[in-house]
Amino acid sequence: MDVDVIIRIGGEAGQGMQSIGFAIGKVFTRHGYYTFINQDVESRIRGGHNFVQIRIRNKPVYAIKNELNLLLALNKQTITHDLPYLMDDGVMIFDGPKTGFESDNPNHFSVPLEQLALEIAKNKIMANTVATGAAFALLGFDLEPLLDWLEEEFSSKNSEIIEKNKGCASAGYDYVHEKFRGNMAQKVPPAPLAKKKMLLNGSQAMALGAIFSGLKFYSGYPMSPSTPIMEFIASIAKEYNIIVEPAEDEIAAVNMAIGASFTGVRAMTATSGGGFCLMTEGLGLAGMTETPLVIVNAQRAGPSTGLPTRTEQADLRFVIHASHGEFPRAVFAPGTAEQAFYLMSKAFDMAEKYQTPVVVMGDQHLNDSYFTIDGLDLDQVDINRGSFLSHERIASPKDYRRYAWDESGISPRILPGQTDAVLYADSDEHTEAGHITESAGVRKQQMDKRMRKFERMTEEIGPPEVYPETKPDIMLLGWGSTYGAIKEAVDVMNREGIKAQMIHFSEIYPFPSQEFFRKISKNTKIFAVENNFTGQFADLFSSQTGVPVFHKVLKYDGRPFSPQEVVKEVKNSMG
Amino acid sequence: MVTLEQYHSDDPIAWCPGCGNFSILDALKNALVISGKEPNKIVIVSGIGQAAKMPHYIRCNTFNGLHGRTLPVATGVKLANHELTVLAEGGDGDGYTEGGNHFIHAMRRNIDITYLVHNNQVYGLTKGQTSPTSELGYISKTTPMGALNPPLNPLLLAIALNCSFVARGFSGDTEHLTHLINQGLSHKGFALIDILQPCVSFNRVNTFTWYKSRVYNINEDPQYDPHDRNLAFSRAQEWGERIPIGIIYKEDRLTLNEQQSAIKDTSLIKQKIDQKSFESLLEIFK
Repeated sequence: MDVDVIIRIGGEAGQGMQSIGFAIGKVFTRHGYYTFINQDVESRIRGGHNFVQIRIRNKPVYAIKNELNLLLALNKQTITHDLPYLMDDGVMIFDGPKTGFESDNPNHFSVPLEQLALEIAKNKIMANTVATGAAFALLGFDLEPLLDWLEEEFSSKNSEIIEKNKGCASAGYDYVHEKFRGNMAQKVPPAPLAKKKMLLNGSQAMALGAIFSGLKFYSGYPMSPSTPIMEFIASIAKEYNIIVEPAEDEIAAVNMAIGASFTGVRAMTATSGGGFCLMTEGLGLAGMTETPLVIVNAQRAGPSTGLPTRTEQADLRFVIHASHGEFPRAVFAPGTAEQAFYLMSKAFDMAEKYQTPVVVMGDQHLNDSYFTIDGLDLDQVDINRGSFLSHERIASPKDYRRYAWDESGISPRILPGQTDAVLYADSDEHTEAGHITESAGVRKQQMDKRMRKFERMTEEIGPPEVYPETKPDIMLLGWGSTYGAIKEAVDVMNREGIKAQMIHFSEIYPFPSQEFFRKISKNTKIFAVENNFTGQFADLFSSQTGVPVFHKVLKYDGRPFSPQEVVKEVKNSMG
Repeated sequence: MVTLEQYHSDDPIAWCPGCGNFSILDALKNALVISGKEPNKIVIVSGIGQAAKMPHYIRCNTFNGLHGRTLPVATGVKLANHELTVLAEGGDGDGYTEGGNHFIHAMRRNIDITYLVHNNQVYGLTKGQTSPTSELGYISKTTPMGALNPPLNPLLLAIALNCSFVARGFSGDTEHLTHLINQGLSHKGFALIDILQPCVSFNRVNTFTWYKSRVYNINEDPQYDPHDRNLAFSRAQEWGERIPIGIIYKEDRLTLNEQQSAIKDTSLIKQKIDQKSFESLLEIFK
């Protein structure tokens, strides 16, 4: 039987929706299900209207769906705002006494969340735990796994807090069991504890990828939605001897990372579009001085401050061209947590092999959303640190030239203090030895040297993911976080008899080799699906391949695509 | 024994004849020799400007980066390998305007680097415009009616931020400057050395004679205690007929690198990466 349940928890900032969402995601992941959790939050600390949405399936799930089976309304605004999304056979739990809301619909079920929390825990904030218990009862799942999770989650707190939480969860569960006479169609059958899968968000996947790649130095300035990357690395920094330095601004962050990388450790920084603007001169510095550098740009809706807590994919053209002048760079855009993990590893390897910056692009939807994954293949994250001259290999320290000409464009590095030689790295155009020059000949030689690296980098860029392999009539083109929505949209359309295929790019720049695109039939209609206004990737794709895009499916309201939205717009424009 | 010859660079010098930079270069090389450190254990991070060209004229590890961005790069270098001796270098434009934010926070961090600021009170490389330390009313092509903004006093700012070593040198007194740089190098923490320097091409006001007739060594006064913060505040404001040079302020406090637990036992670059050790991290997510 197919399980596909969508739960939305709505309330004010500070009411603990994320805790409920995470608890549900964690328990079902442990019991063998796949979950996808996304957040829709405002840029504020208290108040407003926020929601967290969990999708539970018995097969991998990477996308949201806005047809709700269960709505947990922690405040009145949620009822007005979110009730229209509830399916006919869906159930809403709301706090009648608190909201004053009344309904004749047997599927609108009032649970006195705050009253129960006050009775049991003398603390109305635990209404969120009562709601979690109620949700478990409606889903037809056992209560025990939730109680086990609460015990673990609060293990660092005193036993009173643990017992209060367990009491609140049980109260919510029991209340629904005893009093609810309606019907919730969608259930999640009980399953044994497995604890094999992982539940993590895009930021955590990126941070893990960096740590497994040997990250030793992180400098950054907090900026939504990139901040959880810094926070996760900081949380394990003591145990794994990583330095995390809070920088005064993004300019300092990128320059510190460049200094640490020049000295010989793997270093990175992460930010969002506005911070990346400040980092652009540093990006060029890394390109010119040939210093490896990894930057994450977790995009949010721009321009300027934009929508700080919402999603967009509108920095692509900017990132590809950022900083003045020409230098080699690579740009990746993972679409899932797994891709985020592996591409961080590839980013560090390519940055060091080609001694140049690599930008990994996320966005609010990828970075903040939680994915259940089967696990990570650690054999895929070998560390390749590129070309170095060791103390032993330097025959004549006096003659070492940091930017020595080589056909490959790659000049072996030395690290300061690790050999008898010294090195000069320079942001000015420089001689092979690294000294400032105005020579036309040397300028041309050094430009050629740097740009040769770009040619070689192209060979390492992986092809787009094609799904399914069967010959299509239409193609859905995407990059980055739209992966899940496009893949599912393709499934839906194929079931309906439309031969659709996903072409998803997670390695974007240098643009992958052309071979694949020559095989695209002239009769295939290409739809580009992007979270931006102009269809930035579609234009890049067409300019690189000469293949025209038939229609752009664009969304720039700060919210992610659902597969259903994609299907609808593709069908509407198919003519 | 480290010799001056070891610090010799063949790169041809691009400064104006008679520039104060030459004596600063001599002082720095002398100080490095006196410190007994080998050139390959030194890293100088410089910015952009005539002053920032200096590391090319010394044989040692150099990162000649961006205008104003010396201190963050130097901080990254020091944290990645705190066994290196790290210096940062630039002019008054580089350090006090473009890099102002980094200057403030490097002092807060007390990262163990020595920062030399060639302060000639004018933008040299861009050919003579008003700088953050140009005097009020200073006439140049960017302020033809005279500078309206009073000059920044870097020493006062540094003392206000408890910069752990605040000194002023004068390019016309190489011996004293050598001594100051040497003190800065042996100081544990952030050492600011603001160096008064005539610009022979562009600054017609603050000339060699102008400085020479005004500077005096504050440390020759046995009553002056650089650990006395209030006294330092008061003397750092002295400017005009008499200008103090020497160590103005000193404070002993922990450096950023000393406080980093990650490098308590060994520098970051010496730490081997053991991927197996990370596997337990995955359990957090199960």
